Amino acid sequence: MSVQTARVRDSLAEEVYRSTGQSVARCYQCGKCSAGCPLASETDYPPSQLLRLTQFGDASLDQKALGSLTIWLCLTCQTCSARCPQEVDLPRIMDFLRQKSWKQGTVHPKARNIIAFHRSFLGSIRMTGRMFELGMIADYKRRSWKFFQDVLLAPKLFVRGKLHFLPHRIHGARAVRRIFSRALEKRGATR
Amino acid sequence: MRVAYFPGCSLQGSAREFDESLRAVARRIGLDLIEVPDWNCCGASSGHAVDHLLSVALPARILGLAEKTGAQDLLVPCSACYNRLVTARQELREDQTLKAEVCELIEMELRLTVRVRNIVEVLKEAMEGKDFPAIETPFVHKVACYYGCLLVRPHKIVKFDRPEDPQVMDELMQAIGAEPVDWAFKVECCGAGMTLARTELVAKLCGRILDDAEARGAEVMIAACPMCHANLDMRRPDIEALAGRKFAIPIMYITQALGVALGIDASRLGLDRHMVPVVFKRAEQPGADEPRA
Repeated sequence: MSVQTARVRDSLAEEVYRSTGQSVARCYQCGKCSAGCPLASETDYPPSQLLRLTQFGDASLDQKALGSLTIWLCLTCQTCSARCPQEVDLPRIMDFLRQKSWKQGTVHPKARNIIAFHRSFLGSIRMTGRMFELGMIADYKRRSWKFFQDVLLAPKLFVRGKLHFLPHRIHGARAVRRIFSRALEKRGATR
Repeated sequence: MRVAYFPGCSLQGSAREFDESLRAVARRIGLDLIEVPDWNCCGASSGHAVDHLLSVALPARILGLAEKTGAQDLLVPCSACYNRLVTARQELREDQTLKAEVCELIEMELRLTVRVRNIVEVLKEAMEGKDFPAIETPFVHKVACYYGCLLVRPHKIVKFDRPEDPQVMDELMQAIGAEPVDWAFKVECCGAGMTLARTELVAKLCGRILDDAEARGAEVMIAACPMCHANLDMRRPDIEALAGRKFAIPIMYITQALGVALGIDASRLGLDRHMVPVVFKRAEQPGADEPRA
C-alpha cells in the first residue's frame, strides 16, 4: 500500500463521512436524483451537481455547496435516495450541509424566510413542548415581515374549528426545553 | 388490538378531522388506542434541518413514553412524524453511543421494542382480521390514492409496500367498494413544510398533483398525511391562482372514507371541516370522466 492518493484533510467530503457515514465518492453522477427531485428546476444546483461540488475536496467548491440555495429548498421527500442506484443517503447529507451552513453563517440570502420558519417552528416547540400553529405563524410573520400572508385563511379556519387560540403546554415542557438547550449547546450554535 | 397512539401536533390543530375520524373508525373496528401520555412534538423537518441530536432526541422521548404504555405497536398517523420516528428508532438501534447520549438527554431508558406503524398498515391489518365489521355503505367512487412522499420512505427502514408505486391504500379502497385510478403522482411530494416560507412552490407542486388526479378521472383524492391534506385542501386558492384554473376535487383522509363506508355519521368524521367541500362530481354521461390519453 505504498501508492495512495493524497487526501485533503478536513474537506467537506470527509466531514460528511465522519458525521453521516455517507461517502460522496459513491456517486457516479447518473443524475437520477436530479431527474426525480420535485424542486430541481428551482435550485441553483440540482442534487447530483450539488454532490459533485463536494467530490473534489476543493475548498472553494465546498463553500459553493454550503452557500447553495439547494440545501435549503430540499424538502427531504427522499425521492432521490429511494432511486439512487448507489444508495447514497442524499437527504442525510443535505441535513449535514444545512446544519453546517447555518452554523458557519453562510446561508443563501434567498433562504432567509425558510430559516425564519425553522426558527419560529422550533421556538414554538421549545416553549411548550408541542407546536402551536397560531403562535408559530404569528412569530413567523414577525420574523419574515409577511404580515398579510394568509390573513384571509384565518377566519375560514376559525369557522371550521381548526384555529386554537391557546397553546397546549405539556407537563414535560421543561424536559423538552432541556433537550433543546443541551443539544444546541453541544452543537455550539450561533443563535 | 391495543396500540399506543401518537397523534402529533397537526392532528390537534388544523388536521383535527384526521384525529376525529381515526378515533371514530378505531372505536368501530375494535382498535384500542392508548394516547401516549404527555407526548411532545417530533421536531418535524425543522428539527433535522437544524440539529441532528435534536432530530433524534425529540422522537426518542415519544418512543420512551410509548414504551411505558405497555403496547407493542405505536400508531403514528402523520407521515412526517412517522418518518421521523422510524428513522430515529433505527438510528438509536444501530448506534449505541448515540443511544447513550440521547438517553442521558431525555433522562429515560429506551428499550426500542415498540414498533412504529403507519395508519395504512394498521388499517390493513385490522381489515384482514375476522372481526372487521361489514361495509354498510360501499364507497362507490373513483379515487386517487395519494400516499405522499414519506409514508413509504425510507424503504430500507420502513419496509412497507413499494417505494415507487405502492398498492396497500389502493387495496384498502377497493375493499370498501371504491375504484382506485392508476395515476402518476402517488408518491410525489406536496411541498410539505414549505407551505409558509415558499407558498408558491407548494402551489406549483400541488397543482401538478391535482391536475393528474383529475385528468385520470378521480372524483376524490384519498390522503394519509395532514401535511399533504393541508397543502392540497387549505392551499387550494393559491394552487388555483398559480395554475390559472379551478380544481374541484376534494381531499379526504383515508379514515374518513373508511368511516363513511362503515356507516359512521359524517359529523363524527369531520367531513365539514375541509376547505374544499366533500361533494362528488359524478360524470353525467358515461365516458365523460374517461382519463385523458
